[in-house]
Amino acid sequence: MATLDRALTLSPARPQPRRRRPWPLLGLGALVVAIVVLPLGYLLLRSLEAGPDAWAALLRPRTITVLAGSAALALSTAALATLVALPVAWLTVATDLPLRRFWAVVTLLPLAIPTYISGFAMVAAFGPRGLLQRLLAPLGVERLPEIYGFGGALFTLTLCCYPYVLLTVRGALRRCDPAMEEAARSMGDTPLTAFFRVLLPQLRPAIAVGALLVALYSLSDFGAVSLLQFDSFTRAIYMQYRGSFDRSGAALLALLLVLLTLALLALEHVLRGRPSMSRTTCAVPRPRRLIALGWWRWPATLYCAALSILGAGVPLGVLVYWLVRGLANGQELVSLWRAAGHSLLAAALAAALAVASALPVALLAVRYPGRLSRLIERGAYLGYALPGIVVALALVFFGANFAPALYQTLPMLLVGYTVRFLPQAAGSVRTSLQQLNPRVEEAARSLGRGPLAVLGTITTPLLAPGILAGAALVFLTTIKELPTTLLLSPSGFPTLATLVWGSAAEAMFARAAAPALLLLLLSAMAMALVVAQERTAAS
Amino acid sequence: MRVQRNMILAATLAFILAACGSQPAAQPTSAPAEPTAASQPAGDQKLVVYSGRSESLVAPLFEQFTATTGIQVEARYGDTAELAATILEEGANSPADLFFAQDAGALGALSAAGLLAQLPQATLDAVEPRFRSSQDNWVGISGRARVVVYNTEQLQESDLPTSITGFVAPEWKGRMGWAPTNGSFQAFVTAMRQQLGEEATREWIEGMLANETKTYERNTAIVQAVAAGEIAVGFVNHYYLYQLQKESGDSLPVANYYPGQGDVGALVNIAGVGVLTSAANPQAAQELIDYLLSAEGQTYFAEQTFEYPLAAGVPADPRLRPLDEIETPALDLNTLSDLQGTLKLLQDVGAL
Repeated sequence: MATLDRALTLSPARPQPRRRRPWPLLGLGALVVAIVVLPLGYLLLRSLEAGPDAWAALLRPRTITVLAGSAALALSTAALATLVALPVAWLTVATDLPLRRFWAVVTLLPLAIPTYISGFAMVAAFGPRGLLQRLLAPLGVERLPEIYGFGGALFTLTLCCYPYVLLTVRGALRRCDPAMEEAARSMGDTPLTAFFRVLLPQLRPAIAVGALLVALYSLSDFGAVSLLQFDSFTRAIYMQYRGSFDRSGAALLALLLVLLTLALLALEHVLRGRPSMSRTTCAVPRPRRLIALGWWRWPATLYCAALSILGAGVPLGVLVYWLVRGLANGQELVSLWRAAGHSLLAAALAAALAVASALPVALLAVRYPGRLSRLIERGAYLGYALPGIVVALALVFFGANFAPALYQTLPMLLVGYTVRFLPQAAGSVRTSLQQLNPRVEEAARSLGRGPLAVLGTITTPLLAPGILAGAALVFLTTIKELPTTLLLSPSGFPTLATLVWGSAAEAMFARAAAPALLLLLLSAMAMALVVAQERTAAS
Repeated sequence: MRVQRNMILAATLAFILAACGSQPAAQPTSAPAEPTAASQPAGDQKLVVYSGRSESLVAPLFEQFTATTGIQVEARYGDTAELAATILEEGANSPADLFFAQDAGALGALSAAGLLAQLPQATLDAVEPRFRSSQDNWVGISGRARVVVYNTEQLQESDLPTSITGFVAPEWKGRMGWAPTNGSFQAFVTAMRQQLGEEATREWIEGMLANETKTYERNTAIVQAVAAGEIAVGFVNHYYLYQLQKESGDSLPVANYYPGQGDVGALVNIAGVGVLTSAANPQAAQELIDYLLSAEGQTYFAEQTFEYPLAAGVPADPRLRPLDEIETPALDLNTLSDLQGTLKLLQDVGAL
């Protein structure tokens, strides 16, 4: 026991001696954040134009109620998503769960389903007169309880968002040195107690980041909350735009959302805890010995299956049902290849740009901590919790008026995606950086490599799993993104997501189903690539 | 070793992406070349349309227009209100020539911001004054009537009140559905505020709430709920029923009911177009408007969306009550842009 305790106290990385931040890194980080906080500038500008009516609306008690409701939803979703995702992460990384690579891919799929599809599917399946009720009708069930409101929104958003925690925690788990758990096991811990005493503390930063991503995404979501009729703050902001064309009133509301985001960031900072433990030994963890589940593999498989069915199976079933019914009624399908090409191109480039932008931000935050670095890191999160329409309109404003040559071009669209989803990449990169012992880099420096060479040849390759996880998150979120795509993409640039939206809006569900299914297929293939890479990396 | 594999993986991915990407990229460059090659002077023209109407609906029409005139249409599709907000943000730098809106309120907002140009009298005269801007800067293309859908197994038309205000009676408790977040519904409430005044509108909404009217997000969902017998009546636009019938392929136990003449319940909103003052190509925009108002364009909307054609003497779908038999409330559709008060009212009484 004493040995173990000493091992644990030894392993947290020593507080770094203060180092001067290299100016190229600082410059890059500042540039990234300057672009990411553009929406904030836009909101301030618009809120200055707000009339007394808008201010009065802001200060009504109702506004505060809705804001509190949104905050409660975001926090509950984050907590529930963490509880749901942790077992899956552990099962697919650390145990001999049957088909664990299959489950690793399938349990991530809900990420690729637009929330307005998930929301619709949930209502269609579990609504008062949904499919479930029809199945139960022979048993005399006339109506199911209403799923609308807080409970339904929480349920749907959890199923949409738990992969954020899953992906970040899986990455962290794979970087954990199995030696520590094995030490604990040899001291008499069961796999379960070793998980709680040894593994969980190491996973804390990854959990905190995943939960933060979930919480902020829930704040910004419009599709699920509107379909499940939960009165969220983002819904109120959309209403301002859609209903009243009132941009200054919406800006005031969005600024309140920014404040809430800052509060959540501060909360995450507390939950994340001290700089995490990093391995003191070698840079690459040796492959972990898988824990034999024994009889437990059946409930474990059942759990993964149930989660996949709820999160991906139900929406998938609804899509297939739409497709079949529409085809049976003679609806024609349109060619999807062009849109699929656009979707892949935009999502892959966005993932690359987001990761490239995340590197300086994460490096500053982890390797050169301090007030300035923290400011830059927090700034990176600002665009993320804002409703998509706010970010899109901010970039419309700046693009059309100050960069007309770039306006509605692919580069501009990619910048828009990065502004929205940078934290997904930054969070993943940061957690893997925290687990990477700086002494490895220092050793390389002491052997005569320059800082950039170290970044290129040591840090980045060692970060590959974290970078890949971040890129995967951005890819999956971007491929279904709507508001920015609609307003900022080049003309004649249909993507699968815009096709889904366009057809669903006209109630042409069969036409909406085909691109949605292709979207899922492409996402599954991308996930399979990532998981396959895990295998080659481990061997 | 690992790094190498990663690089191979990345290179493969990049290659696949390049292969996917190059194909579509090639298309736009080759496509515009064709009409020019056909030596049509107008073929060089390019028209930028911001369309609140969906691609699956209007893209075939735009293709037809290009085939007829040689003018290329570059369309950006989106939510009507979001596109209106986009044009407001872009200001004088908007790339758009023409805005095709799903409701009059969005056109009214652009009109109020001075972003819409005057239309020629001949274009305006193509439709009745009640379906065009009082400022002469936008024109309706198709009409969307507010109706009450009801379940024909539970109700007969004679059971329904003559005025929309009659639905606050206790016998309707728990049997109705509406979509307060929907733009068409909000436009209807705005019209009601203009017609009956703030107080009466508030009383009506409170009465409806007291009657436990169920909330839905979309009109389609309301019609489906009525068809399933979940509710007996719903407040929607007239065409959802026919779209749903076309989609589901079977006849549903649902019918449209048009509330009383001149009543606010008989509101007919429009989908319409306006040319931006900043348009680079107003000529081409005018040609598209003419095309949309031609017999060909009007027939397309009548057949595809079951909306009311507004021009060229094209008849509506025979299942609809003819437009000249609907006495719409006396109302300037431009005023439907005044939604701020409507939102506040809906929020105050707790309908939103």
